[in-house]
Amino acid sequence: MTAHSCHSIHSRPRLLPLGDSAWTVEFGDDITPETHARVLGFAAALAAAQRDGTLDRSLECVPAFRSLTVHFDPATLDHAALAERLLAIAGDSGSRRASGATWRIPVCFDSEFAPDLEVVAASKWLTPEEVLRLMTGTEFTVYMLGFLPGFPYLGGLPEALDMPRLATPRKVVPARSIAIAGRTCAAYPWQSPGGWRLMGRTPVPLFDPARSERPALLAPGDRVFWQAIDRDTYAALEARCARGDFDPAELLAGEATA
Amino acid sequence: MSALIEVVEGGVSVTVQDGGRRGYRSIGVPLSGALDPAQLAAANALLGNAPSAAALEVPLGGPTLKAVSGTVRVALGGAVEGKLVGSKGSVLKVPAWHTATLFPGDTIQIGGVARGIAYVAVSGGVEVPLQLGSRSTYQRAALGGVNGRALARGDRLPCARLDGDPWLEFRNAEAPVRADGPIRVILGPQDDHFTAEALANFLGQPYRVSRDLDRMGMRLEGVALTHSALGAEIVSDGVTPGAIQVPANGQPIVLLADCQTSGGYPKIATVIRADLGRLGHLRPGAEIRFASVTHAEAVRALQAEAEALARWVGGIESFRPPGVIDEAALYGDNLISGMLRGDEPFVPAIE
Repeated sequence: MTAHSCHSIHSRPRLLPLGDSAWTVEFGDDITPETHARVLGFAAALAAAQRDGTLDRSLECVPAFRSLTVHFDPATLDHAALAERLLAIAGDSGSRRASGATWRIPVCFDSEFAPDLEVVAASKWLTPEEVLRLMTGTEFTVYMLGFLPGFPYLGGLPEALDMPRLATPRKVVPARSIAIAGRTCAAYPWQSPGGWRLMGRTPVPLFDPARSERPALLAPGDRVFWQAIDRDTYAALEARCARGDFDPAELLAGEATA
Repeated sequence: MSALIEVVEGGVSVTVQDGGRRGYRSIGVPLSGALDPAQLAAANALLGNAPSAAALEVPLGGPTLKAVSGTVRVALGGAVEGKLVGSKGSVLKVPAWHTATLFPGDTIQIGGVARGIAYVAVSGGVEVPLQLGSRSTYQRAALGGVNGRALARGDRLPCARLDGDPWLEFRNAEAPVRADGPIRVILGPQDDHFTAEALANFLGQPYRVSRDLDRMGMRLEGVALTHSALGAEIVSDGVTPGAIQVPANGQPIVLLADCQTSGGYPKIATVIRADLGRLGHLRPGAEIRFASVTHAEAVRALQAEAEALARWVGGIESFRPPGVIDEAALYGDNLISGMLRGDEPFVPAIE
């Protein structure tokens, strides 16, 4: 993802109050690589300021598609001074291309794991094989995590697969399902209700609290390729993960340069 | 030195909660923690614990707890009473906002919570393992607490052995005083997604708490809030406990401690931190009104809450439970007999 020159690059960030304990700094109202690049730029500038001690380290910075929310303790930090500081940083933090890790994550697209794949194919005048090629041939970018611990929202889904959410959400989406809605792809770390269309399932846990340094597999700015695996490979990998005999680093395709 | 409490009966949706799981919201992990941090702090203060030490949050029916090894003390923080049953069958009533000491084999049956929620704190705090920096239970991802879920019969809660005089209990005659009046909010972040009439209704009309109520949030019922031309959906952005989302049907949803970290509905306003704890006590059918305040007023409200809590903590007194010799009285008034407690050996008369 590269930062292109467009209106959102130069528009002034907006500061919005989220109660007395958080500020949201907003860079646009759309889901685009350009707006997200400004969020990533701001996140990097905040992290740098926290590292060098010019910004309070107790602040919790939470990036989203087009904005970033900063949580603070109003009993110890002055809301107005913080607001001024955040706007000053946002004013010249610029854009940053997604520069996280690149992952090749195994996904089994068998119909058992992909109950919506054929409907998506039929609705879009594609064969299931063409859908599979689009899913595995696309470089996705992690825009943000939310909804559930470790739940990534991935941008980059080709327009040919743009489908609305299910009219009636499922009561149970199995854990580790890979799903799509609109121009976004996601992965459910936990069993949950959900309205996205299920396209496959990964045997790899997307969230592990025992990995305290990095409990979520993916982070904002990471890039992801889904790699098709068959049912046997899925079962073997799932068993390895259950035994604790799997290191997520095996899925790294190499660190990208910033 | 450690002690162990066995859960004899789990109660209804009783969970371990502390000050919350900070620092992981960027990867989608909710804050969680006590619905009412000030009340948790008050319960902990009865035991000399840190304000946000992990305790049991009791929304309805209380648990029955038994000291298995080591002597432990519990505090009842809220409108709830307990019955202490000694290992030899003695029975002692434990009123609200009192501590009670459990010797190995003793059991405390904690009743139903009469109003709001209650906290049952344990001397030294409940010492289940920290997960991502917190002991708070978040059930959807099985984090914290006892295996990430509500208490169940047979669970064991590690805690510290009581350090101090086991015959000296603590109490406060009054429940902590809380602010009353409307729930105070700061408008936004998406108040521009609502018509002027909707904003007037939100701040002028009463809303009722519906049955859709859990630790993630509460749905309210009342005059529908009409969205402006900007509409009823936004590109998902950050949310926090206290944020008030309004979906297309116009009925507000107030987010609580276990709420997700982002959301796609416009937020008309956000409850200030000082009033967040009050939300946790509302039950279905309760009426709720909102008032808009400034950041400066919110900061003053937070200071006022901290001062009220400090005054309440200053009002905690020690006492000898019924049936226990008061040593000062014994030696001072030359009393010649007494019982430590119904289940303890009789203290021989001193001539």
